[in-house]
Amino acid sequence: MTAPDTALEPALAAKPQTPFQRFLADFFDSKIATAGLVVLAIILFVAIFAPWISPQNPYDLSKLDIMDGRLEPGTKSMDGKPFLLGTDDQGRDMLSAIFYGLRTSLAVGVTASFCAMILGMTMGLTAAYFGGLVETIIMRIVDIQLSFPSILIALILLAVLGQGVDKIIIALIAVQWAYYARTTRGTALVERRKEYIEAAQCLALGDRRVVFRHLFPNCLPPIIVVNTVLIANAIALEATLSFLGLGLPITEPSLGLLIANGFTYLLSGKYWISFFPGVALLFTIVSINLVGDQLRDVLNPRLQK
Amino acid sequence: MPVYFIRRMMQSVLVLFVMSLLVFVGVFAIGNPIDILISPEADQHEIERATRALGLDKPLWEQYGLFVVNALKGDLGRSFVFNIPAIDLILQRMPATMELAITATFMGVLLGIPLGMWAGLRPESFSGKLIMSGSILGFSLPTFWVGLMLIMIFAVFLGWLPSTGRGQTREFLGVHLSILTWDGLRHLAMPAFNLALFKLSLVIRLARAGTREAILQDYVKFARAKGVSSRRIIGVHVFKNIMIPIVTVLGLELGSTIAFAVVTETVFAWPGMGKLIIDSINLLDRPVIVAYLMVIVFMFIFINLVVDLLYSVLDPRVRISESKG
Repeated sequence: MTAPDTALEPALAAKPQTPFQRFLADFFDSKIATAGLVVLAIILFVAIFAPWISPQNPYDLSKLDIMDGRLEPGTKSMDGKPFLLGTDDQGRDMLSAIFYGLRTSLAVGVTASFCAMILGMTMGLTAAYFGGLVETIIMRIVDIQLSFPSILIALILLAVLGQGVDKIIIALIAVQWAYYARTTRGTALVERRKEYIEAAQCLALGDRRVVFRHLFPNCLPPIIVVNTVLIANAIALEATLSFLGLGLPITEPSLGLLIANGFTYLLSGKYWISFFPGVALLFTIVSINLVGDQLRDVLNPRLQK
Repeated sequence: MPVYFIRRMMQSVLVLFVMSLLVFVGVFAIGNPIDILISPEADQHEIERATRALGLDKPLWEQYGLFVVNALKGDLGRSFVFNIPAIDLILQRMPATMELAITATFMGVLLGIPLGMWAGLRPESFSGKLIMSGSILGFSLPTFWVGLMLIMIFAVFLGWLPSTGRGQTREFLGVHLSILTWDGLRHLAMPAFNLALFKLSLVIRLARAGTREAILQDYVKFARAKGVSSRRIIGVHVFKNIMIPIVTVLGLELGSTIAFAVVTETVFAWPGMGKLIIDSINLLDRPVIVAYLMVIVFMFIFINLVVDLLYSVLDPRVRISESKG
């Protein structure tokens, strides 16, 4: 009785990892992805706690002094506090403006991507599970939409709808749902042919239960990867549209609007008004992409050693 | 092949029809165009007359029919701002955009394929990793911000390159091109590089991924076993196989390059279609918005069609499965 146990033990000792531990180990294997995750954590912290950690409330007009306008990074204000990243044309501390801008940019990007994910996933799962005419119609729409670039679709929608936070979120959802639908359907088609779905159907479980409890959880890994990348895309697209003057209204400046605001002063050498919000935007997008890239490599069975 | 060709053509016409309907309903039916077309001080009588003159009193399907008939004749309305036919305005600005987009695409391909194949052949080397990090950066950097930084460095601080406009142009086959004069070339350099950056990163990634997959395939092993030189394996066998995705993506990307030129043109005040559409949206010049959207939708559908047909020539599996299905 003891002989098989001792034979098994070395094998178990060699690989004591659960799949999740293995996933973590694979993820932190890459230094650059780990760095990306750390930067992302800092950015999220700043965005969430902006009102408590900003040196100044940049949108409280009573706190602003026009005499502090367009100061270089590091100069002191009239009442002695330093502006680490300089000030904009209205004497607003750039560091605080960036903290609040990150908040707006991330909130818009994450909300839009999340809504797009729900819509796209529902469409993709419906197409894959039911097939036939439903699938043809949904996937044709997806194909046609994806053959147009995101900025064009957003441009058409915003030209028609006008400005506003809700409008830009609608435009971003309209741009992104198709990516989720295509990814979900692709994965779901593969998963649907597997035995566990057949088994669930043999048990006469309802369609809804099979789709949401069995098919859906197994389609998640690639969707998570797409989601990280698409959040970054949503943030970049929002910034671009705001820069073009089609995005958020001036009352809720995102990073894109801060950059656009500084464009006027760039040509006279006052670089900091555009430069620092751009750096913040860059760090956000790069860190999300680094994490997304590593997730894709770790979750892709074809690249597994 | 003909079956596939005809099916694909019919599909394109259908998409064009659907898109024209969407653009029309979007721009003309949402919101009342009459409020924007005539001055707010106009009395009831004037409003009615203008409504009739513009055909806005007719039912929507009739208006759409009129729009299609006029569009087929090449008439997409007159610009309110410039008071010339909108389509003429678009066509005037088109060469500038095309010049920018095509220069950018060439930059992307000529730099991207060698860099990507290099990184794919040596994925673990320092240079390979450096190229990949660069491409991640190129993907992540928002185009408009890179444009601003280019202006900051090369125009403001160094003063090497001009920051706005097309510079001196020379006429060639009836179109004015910047690329033919030294001054124009100096003006073209920054915007073209700005627009090429995204494409460059994309080509690097595609070429790297393609190369990594291709060198593990049996045909490469077989070619090696046969004693084919590694230069020929990479230059012919691998190169041909990574070209399929690159051609498709670049073809599709030409369209999106033209669309994304909106951003670059705004940053560099490049007088192309993209700058025109942004100005028109801000001035609510609806006929120009519609004309731009119709022209660009048409271009897209045309490009997609050409890419698909090209693809079916490059990869026989596509046309066989498509003409059966």
